[in-house]
Amino acid sequence: MRATLSLESRFESIEVAERALIDLCVEGGVGADEEYWILTALREAIANAIRHGHRGKTQESVRVEFRIQGEKVFITVVDQGNGFDPTVIPDPRDAENLLKPCGRGIFYMRRFMDEVEFRSGPGGGTIVTMTRKVTPRSIKE
Amino acid sequence: MKQQIRDIGDVRIISLSGKITIGSGDVMMRELINEGLDAGYTKILLELGGVSAIDSSGIGEMVASYTSAKNRGAQLKLVNLSRKINDILQVTQLITVFDVYSDQDEAIKAFA
Repeated sequence: MRATLSLESRFESIEVAERALIDLCVEGGVGADEEYWILTALREAIANAIRHGHRGKTQESVRVEFRIQGEKVFITVVDQGNGFDPTVIPDPRDAENLLKPCGRGIFYMRRFMDEVEFRSGPGGGTIVTMTRKVTPRSIKE
Repeated sequence: MKQQIRDIGDVRIISLSGKITIGSGDVMMRELINEGLDAGYTKILLELGGVSAIDSSGIGEMVASYTSAKNRGAQLKLVNLSRKINDILQVTQLITVFDVYSDQDEAIKAFA
């Protein structure tokens, strides 16, 4: 099971991607709790692409791919921005960062998915891939 | 996001429901809190029982509102968090920052 979306670089597009992922999770029998955390990670990845990758350039597009294979959910989010260095992201739990209003998105992605990888695209931009092992609802219940 | 505003005594209660996510409720939440602060309320209770999802942007606005309230000599407390919203605050250790209550009466009494 898979889906591919090309989204306008607007925050309203996050809702479109969410609905597509929910449909896929329902079809794939992913449990409700796991679906919730995967959606949370998806929101953060697309929001980062729109806000930090494209910096308000709504003419750019965000490409999103979902795949459920075996007992794993795979998500890829691709932007056309300038990229960034994921190794210099500060820990939002550190005392000096705790009351900062930003800087938690990537932390949530890493927390709620098993694997999160950032790499530069061949023509620039950032490719984010995330995977999470899931327990199908049919097995869980 | 939907909101309901009511006052009990000198406590401003802001009840939110739906999503508090980027472009969909995050800024509105901050504006509602700021309106309360601008109106002179120093005890603001954020009731989150109906919130289905929050993202880092919503959490960021909540933290900014907490700091803003504190800087203005006011208090911001949270009540009725779902288990998932609680988990989201827990993993970033913000649960240690906010005063969180499970019962509205208890939260109101806790305002000094």
